[in-house]
Amino acid sequence: ILLIFLGTPVEIQRPRGVPLTKKQFYVENKPFTCLDGSRTISFDRVNDDYCDCKDGSDEPGTAACPNGSFHCTNAGYRPMFIPSSRINDGICDCCDTTDEYNSGAKCENTCKELGRKEREVLQKMAEITKEGFLLKQHLIEEAKKGQQEKQSKVTDMQGNKKQLDEKVEVLRTVKETAEQPEKEAKERHLKAWEAIRLEKDKAKMAEAFLELDDNADGFVSVSELQSHAELDADADGTLTETEAQGLMGGAEQVDTSTFESVWPNIKDKYHSEVSREEADMSCLVSSEVPFGQKVFFLEKTVVKLCVLLIFFKAININIEKELSFDFGPDAEFTYLYSQCYELTTGEYIYRLCPFNRVSQKPKYGGSETNLGTWGSWSGPENNKYLLMKYDHGTGCWQGPNRSTTVKLTCGKETVVTSTSEPSRCEYLIEFTTPAVCQEPANTDLSPHDHEEL
Amino acid sequence: MVSLREVCGIIIFRWVPLIVLLCVSARAVDRSNFKTCEQSAFCKRQRELKPGRSPYRALLDTLELSDSRITLQLINDNNKVRLLLELYRLQGNMTRVKINELKPLKPRYEVPDVLISDPITETLSVVSQDENSLVLSLGGKDQRLIVSAQPFRLDIVEGPQVLVSLNSRGLLAFEHLRARKDTSISHKISSTVGSMWDSLKKEEDKPGMWEETFKSHTDSKPNGPSSISLDFSLPGVEHVYGIPEHADTLKLKNTDGSDPYRLYNLDVFQYELHNPMALYGAVPVLISHSTDRTMGIFWLNAAETWVDISSNTAGKMMFGKILDFVQVSSEAPQTDVRWISESGIIDVFIMLGPKPADVFTQYASLTGTQSFPPLTALAYHQCRWNYNDQEDVKSVDQGFDEHDIPYDFIWLDIEHADGKRYFTWDPSKFPQPKEMLQGLMDKRRKLVAIVDPHIRVDNGYKIHNEILSKNFYVKNKDGGDYEGWCWPGNSGYPDFTNPEMRAWWASKFAYEQYEGSMENQYVWNDMNEPSVFNGPEVTMHKDALHGGWEHRDVHNLYGLYVQKATADGLVERSGGVERPFVLTRAFFAGSQRYGAVWTGDNAAEWGHLKISIPMCLSLGLAGISFCGADVGGFFKHPSAELLVRWYQAGAYQPFFRAHAHIDTPRREPWLFGPENTALIREAIRQRYALLPYWYQLFYNAHRTGYPVVRPLWVEYPNDVATFSIEDEYLIGKDLLVHPVTDEGATAVTAYLPGKGEVWYDVHTFQKHDGEQSLYIPVTMSSIPVFQRGGSIICRKDRVRRSSSCMENDPYTLYAALNSQGSAEGELYIDDFHTFNFEKAKQFVHRHLSFSANTLSSRNLAPDSQFSTASWIEKIVIIGGSQPSSATLKNAESALEFEFDSTLAVLTLRKPGVNAAADWTVILR
Repeated sequence: ILLIFLGTPVEIQRPRGVPLTKKQFYVENKPFTCLDGSRTISFDRVNDDYCDCKDGSDEPGTAACPNGSFHCTNAGYRPMFIPSSRINDGICDCCDTTDEYNSGAKCENTCKELGRKEREVLQKMAEITKEGFLLKQHLIEEAKKGQQEKQSKVTDMQGNKKQLDEKVEVLRTVKETAEQPEKEAKERHLKAWEAIRLEKDKAKMAEAFLELDDNADGFVSVSELQSHAELDADADGTLTETEAQGLMGGAEQVDTSTFESVWPNIKDKYHSEVSREEADMSCLVSSEVPFGQKVFFLEKTVVKLCVLLIFFKAININIEKELSFDFGPDAEFTYLYSQCYELTTGEYIYRLCPFNRVSQKPKYGGSETNLGTWGSWSGPENNKYLLMKYDHGTGCWQGPNRSTTVKLTCGKETVVTSTSEPSRCEYLIEFTTPAVCQEPANTDLSPHDHEEL
Repeated sequence: MVSLREVCGIIIFRWVPLIVLLCVSARAVDRSNFKTCEQSAFCKRQRELKPGRSPYRALLDTLELSDSRITLQLINDNNKVRLLLELYRLQGNMTRVKINELKPLKPRYEVPDVLISDPITETLSVVSQDENSLVLSLGGKDQRLIVSAQPFRLDIVEGPQVLVSLNSRGLLAFEHLRARKDTSISHKISSTVGSMWDSLKKEEDKPGMWEETFKSHTDSKPNGPSSISLDFSLPGVEHVYGIPEHADTLKLKNTDGSDPYRLYNLDVFQYELHNPMALYGAVPVLISHSTDRTMGIFWLNAAETWVDISSNTAGKMMFGKILDFVQVSSEAPQTDVRWISESGIIDVFIMLGPKPADVFTQYASLTGTQSFPPLTALAYHQCRWNYNDQEDVKSVDQGFDEHDIPYDFIWLDIEHADGKRYFTWDPSKFPQPKEMLQGLMDKRRKLVAIVDPHIRVDNGYKIHNEILSKNFYVKNKDGGDYEGWCWPGNSGYPDFTNPEMRAWWASKFAYEQYEGSMENQYVWNDMNEPSVFNGPEVTMHKDALHGGWEHRDVHNLYGLYVQKATADGLVERSGGVERPFVLTRAFFAGSQRYGAVWTGDNAAEWGHLKISIPMCLSLGLAGISFCGADVGGFFKHPSAELLVRWYQAGAYQPFFRAHAHIDTPRREPWLFGPENTALIREAIRQRYALLPYWYQLFYNAHRTGYPVVRPLWVEYPNDVATFSIEDEYLIGKDLLVHPVTDEGATAVTAYLPGKGEVWYDVHTFQKHDGEQSLYIPVTMSSIPVFQRGGSIICRKDRVRRSSSCMENDPYTLYAALNSQGSAEGELYIDDFHTFNFEKAKQFVHRHLSFSANTLSSRNLAPDSQFSTASWIEKIVIIGGSQPSSATLKNAESALEFEFDSTLAVLTLRKPGVNAAADWTVILR
């Protein structure tokens, strides 16, 4: 656009409230045709404070038409349209004060100030975006590396597992052929069999531990245990903190050795995700008590191999689970996995563990409340990665289950910036991360003055 | 905004299991929390008394006649206790009947502060007297008051017609105050003075006379039995209305075989529809209507009251002197009404009509008219329990602008206060209340913050400490400060019946006293039944003490006093300049003088939307015009369809506020998708365009006492078809509204009244004849509204973001012609917020009329003065013919016009005259 600047802005002659782009339709002293073409009126009826056109186009500068709009130039800031009902309503809407020309409202021209502030904000934003975007590139690279590693691990393990599987099969065949029904031997070996059963149980226990230790810190915590609602003693559908703690013998967390004392409390009810998902504990299942020395030995070997297999599987599942998450188009959100971020407010400590769960704990003691477990990305269609949804949290008293929406904005740091509960039991967390920073557009940050007068 | 359920929540979380048992109830009202007549000892005793020959006899030789009244004594022949009967003829065609004990053991409570002044009496003269009767002239058209001595009864007759009979069924029963009998002494008496036993026997104690237990609560009743009852027969009457508040039909039902209608202000959690249970407020006014006459009975008693309605046949109870006067068809229908109250005296006003408008005038002359609200209070209110903090308030305010939806008020419920200490602000959520209020003021909007009457017992709380030091709390039966559970936990209840306490309370609204408050902040009084979570029936113990009176005597009056003291405070803080706006949940006769009421904690159900119409119509008949229901329903989550329909209905009810329970999902108008946002926006805009009409109606309600919204029969008293209609109503007399209140509705059937009248659809200008049921197909955007042919309605079609922004905007006149081609209407304008209209006669009141092709504006108040910037921008004449010219006479200038010949709508372009001016437009 080429415009000649004469130092001070000059009102280009056009009826009040008309944007430059529509100036051509308002020609002084020529009949005016409503922009919808519905009728033609004499020019003195434009802005005469009476609505003649159905589309409101004859009254761009008065409040006469219910559906009209008023254009303010806002030199120094951003031009905008406001509904005509805001013309002379005593409230300053346009920073250039042009909307209040006859209401007695005392408006000050704040466009320059607003423009300056906006530019500052934009500048700051641009800086953040720029740095954030750089950080994002690192994140993407790291995620890619990590993913490759994990992928190869999975492949390796799948190979190992295959070998093991084969060994187990061979042994099982050997065992089966060796099996001869010898009744007296059965009695003798019952006791020894018990030992195998214990070992099987240990295998299951180890698997359960791995599975429960969600954040892989080597400890199973109360909240980790709470995720298994089937362990609920009073069958009210939720495993409360107290109940969980009870199961853990009063401890906040247990390591592998102390878990042994917890296991008997939970093993009958515990649903392994592995067994549920794959129903493949088959190598541990034998219906008959084995008998005969050789058979017994073979069975022992099979069980040992089985234990190995299960460990492989468990690790594999964790990795596969991780690989199954949608960490963004470039895996830029991978780094959030198995991390937790906290914000302390007046009353509560909020904890966001991305792709896992959100929780709230009173600052001065009291039980933790689950505000939702990872659900899905739920941003708008054009960018679903702007919002995360966590749901199925602890039920509200006579209400729905708690849920949380996490709103992601571009920032240099990964941090929870605010939490709120806009509606009962529906939480909103604002979260900044470089992972959502967009590539900075080549925006021109110079003033808008020249855009339009 | 309350409920036992929440209470329970709080109790469970905060105060451990002590009271948990109280609150197991789930979704609907727990009826067992509230008494039936059978469970209310006095009601049971009284109701056991069946119609028959009255034991009361008038002692005609005790007659004393003065200019203003006559008195005579009544004696109960069973127990020889004497009563004093006072009869007054009141100016404006009313009769007052008072009955008290001649010599009560101690004074009985007479309700103060409800009548606006001592009613003006007129001379009662004795027309004739014989040994068993006394005939008094009530003036007028041979109206007589006949006192029959034995059995005692009163009949008001006009010519050959009995208008109303009192005690004709012999149900006058007056439990005199008595000393508590020591059972051993009475035993002695019975054995020694045998002959007296017969009369004493009648005095035998019955259960519940000296103590009554309901659930875990015991009422100590130190004064013993004190209830009163009187029956009224209304020959020729089949329709009676009023006695709000009940979630029931407009036309009162026969209560034979069910409980009577109960009047006892109660905080009822999740109330049920269509039953006579008591709710939050009570107005003991019953209106009877037939094609012949409209009358009213105002039973001035603030104690727990029950009202039985039964249908009867006239003539059954006619005998004695009365037959000299009247002709009775035994076939004629009759409605019998019986009032029963727990204490106080019989003080009843019989408003003799004869027209509906006369009854409204009569009742208004006794208890006053609707307060004239500031215009802004008639606009749209956005409420929720709770807007969480200042940021939330700001973003909701912005939301309205972003979606271009007008609103005037945003409301803050109990969570805004610091630990439910009213008059304070939560320091973390509302650290800068003035900044928030200023932000709203910059947008010409307002805020309401709740102030409930229960006061947190907390020696760190200034309000509590002052009340304590001034000894202003209600006392328990033992004289200590009464304490009960409410939102803040343990709470005291200021004695609002004490005028000194009320003056102190009012002073607390001064800006320097109520920190953080500003002039665009108004008040909401909730929980003023009063609600006491752990009290009997969730209210105060009846043996609690208000000075010398028991809570039993004053219960239904408590809420009125709370609102009065609050409204006084708002007036005072402005130096007497500004009109107040206070919303109350509890109310009594006279509450109309202090502000608005709403129908309490309803639910997001279609039935609740439907019932909001008869509930507010009943309140209007009983003087309280400024009524509304929570739009959307308080409890539960409305579907988008229900919410939209509720906005559409609410936009045409006097008090228009959306409200929601804290546990419900957010429901600001833009949260249900763009289509529903547009529908809600349109409904709210229709409200704003019609604000001039609402304002004018409220002005007239304030002057005359006529209800703002009216059942159809009020304007069409001879059309029997209108008598039971409650799904449509009139706003003023010129707009008929039939909101859509059914889920999935594709049509409604509206009855358009008035033989020879015409009605115009306000949206399409389509014309329909009166006296027909009209089938109207509807879509989601339909709000069936019709303008009466013969009316002129002024609107402001430039809808802006708040009513204040529209104050100086021009008017458009909609003249809908009747079959004679004429129409008339009014326009009222003032400063919209001060008392200057009253104090300084600063207002514009115009009469607009169209006839013989001439439309003119004439001054209705020549001695008033006010200048307005508003002008007449457009005149729409509906149902006329095409003129060849239109001339504005003042300027002798031709007006341009358009004529739509298919709908016969003539639009005059821009007359441009000032709205306060005299002007005439002539069509040729």
